[in-house]
Amino acid sequence: MKTIAELIAEHAFFEGLAESELTFLAGCAKNVHFDAGTRILAEGDEANTFYVIRTGKVALGYFQPERGNVVIETLRGGDVLGWSWLFEPYRWHFDADAAEPVSAMAFDGACLRSKCETDPRLCYQMTQRFAKVMMERLQATRLRLLDIYGPPGSR
Amino acid sequence: MVLLAAADPTVEVMTPVLYRVLSRARETADTVTLELEPVGEALAVPAPGQFNMMYSLGVGEVPISVSGWSGDGRILHTVRAVGAISEALCGLQPGGLVGLRGPFGTTWGAEKAVGGDVVVVAGGIGLAPLRPAVNELIVHRDRYRRAALLVGARSPEEIIFTEELAGWRSDAVIEVMVTVDAATTEWKGDVGVVTTLFDRLSLDPEVTTALVCGPEIMMRFAAAGLMARGVSAERVIVSMERSMQCGIGRCGHCQLGPYFICTDGPVFPWSEMAPLLARREL
Repeated sequence: MKTIAELIAEHAFFEGLAESELTFLAGCAKNVHFDAGTRILAEGDEANTFYVIRTGKVALGYFQPERGNVVIETLRGGDVLGWSWLFEPYRWHFDADAAEPVSAMAFDGACLRSKCETDPRLCYQMTQRFAKVMMERLQATRLRLLDIYGPPGSR
Repeated sequence: MVLLAAADPTVEVMTPVLYRVLSRARETADTVTLELEPVGEALAVPAPGQFNMMYSLGVGEVPISVSGWSGDGRILHTVRAVGAISEALCGLQPGGLVGLRGPFGTTWGAEKAVGGDVVVVAGGIGLAPLRPAVNELIVHRDRYRRAALLVGARSPEEIIFTEELAGWRSDAVIEVMVTVDAATTEWKGDVGVVTTLFDRLSLDPEVTTALVCGPEIMMRFAAAGLMARGVSAERVIVSMERSMQCGIGRCGHCQLGPYFICTDGPVFPWSEMAPLLARREL
């Protein structure tokens, strides 16, 4: 069985980080498991963690009184869950539920934020990685706004 | 005035052949699949990717891809009601009559992918023209390495061929992934745009062929996503839709740059389409 340090070192999200940075991240991380149906993040709660999903599926969504729980995105193995820990007011904007049994690495975001105060290189590296995730999700959201499956003609 | 003789092949190809609706299956709120049988002589057997001109009697004619066929002349067309003609076609009931001309156009040419990986990417009703290619892929599965079908739709209610998709998934002959733009928690599939599924594929881009069909904007982003992962534009195959009318390259309604979509297409490599679609004048 691999150690969490090995799992972090192998993951594409952390590629390019220095050995010392990987070691620090491993010290902030732990393996977690969620049964299907478990709420992982709740809208409005304090955001002090981010997750790298190893296996399973997470449904990001929100509750609308007239529609119930609406899923806006699903994340799977390899995906990163949670960026609100990086930005004030450090509160989750959406709910995240385990749609299937989920295994993940959980990182202590509060610990990372403190480290960032004294380690600008690590801060830059992490911010750059999260910015890429956010850009990809923004692009995917824009595609959905374009209604890309809509009918092309009117005959 | 010169009258065309009945023996003129143009007359023959421009004359609809009568088919009867054998069955009608509702796919979504605005889409039905019609199973048609010839009243008299049948059209030639189509190849995956080709289309017929469907004539709603007394209303008008539209190009509709062939979504399936059987050896005895029966043919399947999946039609989405987006205008007067397609609405009339969708309204046909068993026993109703329709005129068909065809089959027209080029084919998916999946045989060119033999020995490599194949990914089929469908958006919305774009799964209909791809269905024969998927079935062919399944029949000849041993000729390819990895094979995957990625389907995107607005919502779970707008996915077509749901039973067939479930069958393909449970048979596990090819990998099947379905994603929608938004859903309630009742939906057990993925939520996100179809291009987000590319990251879950383990394909070798050097030998991957992608068959892509959907609205033009979806194909554009799918092609960009595949090329970003190393698939060459020559191996991204798309099916274009323009205002095909004659089906034989005479009327020019479907011209796109140097091509007539009805005869040079509708199936093209993305390398040929990308420069044309980037020009606003076209």
